[in-house]
Amino acid sequence: MSAGRIPADSGDPVSITACPNGPLLVRGAFEILTPAGEVVPSRRKTVALCRCGVSTLKPFCDGSHKAIGFTTEPESPAPPPAV
Amino acid sequence: MPAARGPVSSALCTLLTNRDPAAEPGLVTGLQASVQTALHDADDILHDEDLQAALFTAYELRYSGLAGVDDSLEWDPAVLALCAAIELCFEQALRDRVPMPPLPAPGIDTVAAALFELTGSDSGPSVSRYLAKKATDAQAREFLIHRSVYQLKEADPHSWAIPRLRGRAKAALVEIQADEYGGGRLAKMHSELFARTMRGLGLDASNGHYVDVVPAIVLASSNLMTMFGTHRRLRGAIAGHLAAFEMTSSLPNRQYGNGFRRLGYDQAVTHYFDEHVEADAVHEQIAARDLAGGLTEDEPELVEDVVFGAAACLFVDGLAGTALLSAWTAGESALRSDAPEPVGLRS
Repeated sequence: MSAGRIPADSGDPVSITACPNGPLLVRGAFEILTPAGEVVPSRRKTVALCRCGVSTLKPFCDGSHKAIGFTTEPESPAPPPAV
Repeated sequence: MPAARGPVSSALCTLLTNRDPAAEPGLVTGLQASVQTALHDADDILHDEDLQAALFTAYELRYSGLAGVDDSLEWDPAVLALCAAIELCFEQALRDRVPMPPLPAPGIDTVAAALFELTGSDSGPSVSRYLAKKATDAQAREFLIHRSVYQLKEADPHSWAIPRLRGRAKAALVEIQADEYGGGRLAKMHSELFARTMRGLGLDASNGHYVDVVPAIVLASSNLMTMFGTHRRLRGAIAGHLAAFEMTSSLPNRQYGNGFRRLGYDQAVTHYFDEHVEADAVHEQIAARDLAGGLTEDEPELVEDVVFGAAACLFVDGLAGTALLSAWTAGESALRSDAPEPVGLRS
């Protein structure tokens, strides 16, 4: 049952967008599992995953990051390792 | 047909229902004269009952039409001229009065950051906090009645923009709107969810049922969206409007849901609000970044209108919120007392 949501021949790659000071937007043919391996029901094609830790709808975002002033570091390529 | 609220809306109703071709020129002349007088005399077009009702009535021909009115009148020159005359003053009033923040440079990150700053610092009245903590059952019903003017056609005004955008902004708008329309499933369309909430409180969810009892500013809030949406020139403003709307939705909707739970309503009523907490947390990111920001990458000259549309949304909806809260805190109804009362309103 847990694999039923993803068509075997799906050509829809999964993408994850890290929104500055906000959630992770996930698109594509994905499924979200609980630690026990059960599928978390998703009501929409594109979901926003909480990354501030305060959402009351986890794993989904509920906008709470704005209320707590959550900020992320600017997304930039990792610098080369120091020698 | 919405009831007339003064000479302009009255003249429009008469023209729209006229069946005598010989009478038409006189009716058109009368309408033109009444609108020129009303626009000249209007102190505050945003709160002008007659002008907002006339514009709302004319705009309904672009949506579901009006019972007893010939559909071809949507494109009648006299009706279009009426809209244009009112729109000219309406837009000018907004350009004069809506507080504008500093403009960001065009681009996804800059515009999204500016919109989050703008919407995050919105100090408008908190209808959501009042609903959550204090509202009576009667006030909760009035809240739904005010919101029903737009929410029963939720998403429609912004859909006008789809063919007017391209590339990343168009894809973003379609992604948001598809979700608003329930991914194509009737039972999940947000307008349907709102209708279910209304019925849960014994309200009539048929389109336009409560239009006559809401004040001008509620019609202005709806007219704003239709004006932005149906003018290609204002495509930046409708994109910015949607962004601001989505960006001020998740947290208030949780409060609305809490308010209806406090009043004893079950999930059948609160689902609309609970759904918007999750949905609009997604939509606000897409709207701020890909829609509004993406549009300014494609058409940098639209950055001012994107911000204007967002700021106008906050300004007008703030005034509509004030209308609710000022009536309630004075112990009064927020519905028009001099309006014909819809059947079942007090049931």
